[in-house]
Amino acid sequence: MRAFRVFFLFSCLGFALLVPSSLGFQSDELLLDDEEFGLEGGRSPESFRIRSQPSAPQSARRRSSDFGGGGGSDSDSKIQFSLEHAFGDSDFSPAGAFSARLKTSNHGAQTLTKLRFSRNAFTEAEKEKFEKLLQGDDFYRIRLPSNVVSPPGREYIISAVKARCLPREALDEHFFIHMDGVNILAVNYGSPGACQYPRQLKLPGKWSFNSHYILKNTEQAPRAPVFAEEILGGEEGEGEGIKPVERSFWAKYWMYLIPLGLIVMNAVTQALNMPEEQATGQPGSQGPATAAVQRGPPTAVRRR
Amino acid sequence: MARATRVFLLLLLVLLSSPSPSFSLYEDQVGLMDWHQQYIGKVKHAVFHTQKAGRKRVVVSTEENVIASLDLRRGDIFWRHVLGPNDAVDEIDIALGKYVITLSSEGSILRAWNLPDGQMVWESFLQGPKPSKSLLSVPANMKIDKDNVIFVFGKGCLHAVSSIDGEVLWKKDFADESLEVQQIIHPLGSDMIYAVGFVGLSQLDAYQINVRNGEVLKHRSAAFPGGFCGEVSLVSSDTLVALDATRSSLISISILDGEISLQQTHISNLVGDSFGMAVMLPSKLSGMLMIKINNYMVFVRVADEGKLEVAEKINDAAAVSDALALSEGQQAFGLVEHGGNKIHLTVKLVNDWNGDLLKENIGMDHQRGCVHKIFINNYIRTDRSYGFRALIVMEDHSLLLLQQGEIVWSREDGLASIIDVTASELPVEKEGVSVAKVEHNLFEWLKGHMLKLKGTLMLASPEDIIAIQGMRLKSSEKSKMTRDHNGFRKLLIVLTRAGKLFALHTGDGRVVWSVLLHSLRNSEACAYPTGLNVYQWQVPHHHAMDENPSVLVVGRCGLGSDAPGVLSFVDTYTGKELDSLFLTHSIERIIPLSFTDSREQRLHLIIDTDHHAHLYPRTPEAIGIFQHELPNIYWYLVEADNGIIRGHALKSNCILQEGDEYCFDTRDLWSIVFPSESEKILATVTRKLNEVVHTQAKVITDQDVMYKYVSKNLLFVATVAPKATGEIGSVTPEESWLVVYLIDTVTGRILYRMTHHGTQGPVHAVFSENWVVYHYFNLRAHRYEMSVVEIYDQSRADNKDVWKLVLGKHNLTSPVSSYSRPEVITKSQFYFFTHSVKAMAVTSTAKGITSKQLLIGTIGDQVLALDKRYLDPRRTINPSQSEREEGIIPLTDSLPIIPQSYVTHTLKVEGLRGIVTAPAKLESTTLVFAYGVDLFFTRIAPSRTYDLLTDDFSYALLLITIVALVAAIFVTWILSERKELQEKWR
Repeated sequence: MRAFRVFFLFSCLGFALLVPSSLGFQSDELLLDDEEFGLEGGRSPESFRIRSQPSAPQSARRRSSDFGGGGGSDSDSKIQFSLEHAFGDSDFSPAGAFSARLKTSNHGAQTLTKLRFSRNAFTEAEKEKFEKLLQGDDFYRIRLPSNVVSPPGREYIISAVKARCLPREALDEHFFIHMDGVNILAVNYGSPGACQYPRQLKLPGKWSFNSHYILKNTEQAPRAPVFAEEILGGEEGEGEGIKPVERSFWAKYWMYLIPLGLIVMNAVTQALNMPEEQATGQPGSQGPATAAVQRGPPTAVRRR
Repeated sequence: MARATRVFLLLLLVLLSSPSPSFSLYEDQVGLMDWHQQYIGKVKHAVFHTQKAGRKRVVVSTEENVIASLDLRRGDIFWRHVLGPNDAVDEIDIALGKYVITLSSEGSILRAWNLPDGQMVWESFLQGPKPSKSLLSVPANMKIDKDNVIFVFGKGCLHAVSSIDGEVLWKKDFADESLEVQQIIHPLGSDMIYAVGFVGLSQLDAYQINVRNGEVLKHRSAAFPGGFCGEVSLVSSDTLVALDATRSSLISISILDGEISLQQTHISNLVGDSFGMAVMLPSKLSGMLMIKINNYMVFVRVADEGKLEVAEKINDAAAVSDALALSEGQQAFGLVEHGGNKIHLTVKLVNDWNGDLLKENIGMDHQRGCVHKIFINNYIRTDRSYGFRALIVMEDHSLLLLQQGEIVWSREDGLASIIDVTASELPVEKEGVSVAKVEHNLFEWLKGHMLKLKGTLMLASPEDIIAIQGMRLKSSEKSKMTRDHNGFRKLLIVLTRAGKLFALHTGDGRVVWSVLLHSLRNSEACAYPTGLNVYQWQVPHHHAMDENPSVLVVGRCGLGSDAPGVLSFVDTYTGKELDSLFLTHSIERIIPLSFTDSREQRLHLIIDTDHHAHLYPRTPEAIGIFQHELPNIYWYLVEADNGIIRGHALKSNCILQEGDEYCFDTRDLWSIVFPSESEKILATVTRKLNEVVHTQAKVITDQDVMYKYVSKNLLFVATVAPKATGEIGSVTPEESWLVVYLIDTVTGRILYRMTHHGTQGPVHAVFSENWVVYHYFNLRAHRYEMSVVEIYDQSRADNKDVWKLVLGKHNLTSPVSSYSRPEVITKSQFYFFTHSVKAMAVTSTAKGITSKQLLIGTIGDQVLALDKRYLDPRRTINPSQSEREEGIIPLTDSLPIIPQSYVTHTLKVEGLRGIVTAPAKLESTTLVFAYGVDLFFTRIAPSRTYDLLTDDFSYALLLITIVALVAAIFVTWILSERKELQEKWR
């Protein structure tokens, strides 16, 4: 992983590059397997068809010819959109560029894959501005176009973070881009980890960016639990929740059993008392006998 | 024997003390803690009928789409029908002397209702090519083959409908001629009608139509180059008067034998030196019409040959009734004017202005405002002369009946159109209750308990049972004007559409006070005022105990969202308007902040349409508190039409408004732009600001702990495909979907996003603690569905070690920053639900310990309480033993509807629009208020009243039981002593 990053640091002159996957930095797999990335959100082909935009493919094709390179085929073209940033309330200026592949499925729906990001390093002026932000605990703002095929689309997508959340050793940033076809819905920008409150003033050790980014499409809700119907047969909803559980004999009839038990015990004790009284008659007759026995020895002694 | 007695008594005690289940009510508990009030709304039309002397009724239709028959003696409702929200009543009339005819839905639905019982007799759907004005005409004595015909103009067509069975006899389409029919005239005793209307702006057309077959006999048109403004009034069977496009002259139109002749008269010639814009007031007076000009109401008499002359000029704060036919061809009408705190009712003859039939002065509460409408009716007095009664509709939408110079009855029908509700505390009880009062009550108290005891032991006679019931119902306890220990007694502060504020007592629902807010009345300063919300402004509890609590009423002067705002502060104990402010800025959003000043006034931030934030109250102290918290205040705005949600933070004082230190500039922090071609915002829901969460941790099976992600800054958003915003079934499942989001409103972070394919709105959602429940329609399954999403915080999940907690090595007390990347997991589950939903709410309790119930306003206008346990995402088909112990119900595909769990039991809250819950002081109990056309209040205990003995708990019986037990102990003790003694003597 480390080596991987070093490799890109070399190749991109300090531009950090991480793999657009929530799993981590396993870029190779994703580079090879476009399908899987496109389907990361778990969208079915059906949803592609729904989100089709008749005008979009043409513009995409035009773009791909503009770029010269690209996949050459209609279903795959390269696309680039820029990231802009602003310090506090200043105007937005370019800060980097995202590039990706635009995949057009058979139904005409489009998705972005293989997202790449190149971040411009801060110029001296920008560094100063950023330091000022750190001093004032102000906002560092970024923006992206809302449509990657025809930027800026309807409007720019803005996101902001308190500048003091970014610096660690370097400047750590994290983009979480929510996509819908070729539209960017929202971007969540911030530090990849926690941002302590109260925020301490801390200057970054290195003035380079450490960028992480994730592209995410919508998740699809699973179908409603029809399976329950099969399991429960045709039973309807009414009162299912309070279906009586098979209970033991004791659980069912304890309220009768306890009084019964008490009565029985009462009867037993009484019954025991009765024979006891009769029995006390017998011990009573035996008593003198034992007494006689006990009295026996002294007499015997006396006899001695 | 002694032991058996003891056991029996113990059992008795156990049985007595077990709380009665609050999940459902017993029949005799109805009305004990709930009340229900029926209203009809602001009356639009009224038709009297005096069929028989004993049954004096009036039939009214209202702005809440209600048709009702009211008792003229007491104002009670005989019958009532609430039509749907999109089925507005256009006109009503009576046909054949036994049917009420209503025309609704812009002239497309004609219905006949039986007068005595309100049963629907027939219903006709009238189709037409285009929307248009709608007219209903029920000629009194027109017979075609023994059938009375009703003429309806609606949707560009003229229909003749049989009044017996509602069959459409014939139909004449005027859409091709683009004729907008204004009047249907039926000359007496003839076999034809005239349909008169405008074509375009400057041409007047009259069609003479045979009533038998709809054949057009004659068609004449006349052009008026100046153009018409579209207002016409019918003054006699052959004369109409219209207003021209410049609203400066009147044109009298006479149609004689199908020929049209026009005659123009300048209003300035009539009224004198006035240059104002005239407005024609709708009237049905023969030979007379009314116009309103420069705050004056002018009665214009139409003389022969279309000559106009002014009959009277009065101040415009008056109302005029339609003409009422008396005998011998005379017509009378009623007129109400204001003077001081009295209203003057006059009934005049139409053709003789000075001949007053009746003149009465009636004292009127100034909180009712001015008279908006009057309907008059005549009756024969005991001395055989004519008497008149008048039904008047006031500014606050109340309905009053005036007769013999008195208010016979009044109905507070403004309460049918509630906009917002908040609960307020009652005053604390004062010390020092007189001894005499207690002694007086002592006998009653004893008698009551004896009766209750009888009832409990089933010895009570039927009369006793009635007495017990009556005693329970009017127990003076519940309607007291002081705070009670359990917090059941409160005031519900209710804002109505008329701009009137009511305080309702939760005990019996009576109006404690009402105030027509001065700032929300139509005036020069504020045209078209609309009330928006009610907020708790001042809730004194710590520092300012001697001050009365107050509420903030927020309104707007005008219809658009950029209209300037109005604030009004009202004392909730007395109902006095303490202060009112006409703002210079508009109101886009109101944010009650979590800070209060030393007088316990809550700080409120008002965002205007230019995204400036304004702080209220405007005091230096408030600004001091606010400046301190300025960097931590964030807010968001949902632009539903645009499909954008934006987050903002406050920056500094406004640049434009120098010197206004209560105004702050804001800046954009984040934005979420929903693609306009695939998503449209349908619903947004947040947590209630005052919600209390008892514990953040949730202990689950195998002694594991999950931490709820409890954040005040979460927003639930539901979007649908733009195509699917219409009715259910208007799209196929393939082109319809619903996307739901959970968004952190500080950073704009999307924490959860889920697409439901093949589903459609409307979406109703409720957000509480860490869960959202939402309701929508599943097109594939053809059923409604309810989903639950619960969100848990993973960053605190490793705080399970007891040692960590003991040694303080946990992060539970560290401050949470929204800028940290949240580690959350969500769980969701889907269930089918039978009903469609009108409103949804969740119970709220004082400490948040009691489990929650969802309150669902069903399509049948009832409120259903559904345990949150049924909507647990952790339900599985076969829960393990430990899960069962935890209370997890086995998974089913649909949610059960248990008939006993309707909190409204047998009642209906007609036209249900909202459900409001407020916590009582007692933890187990929630106060529930449901409103629509009707009002309903009750208190429910979602986990039963575990901390309270029920009202009918018999303390006397408990006492007797204890005494009996003590006696039994003594008896058995003596018995055993005696026995022991006997044994010793043996």
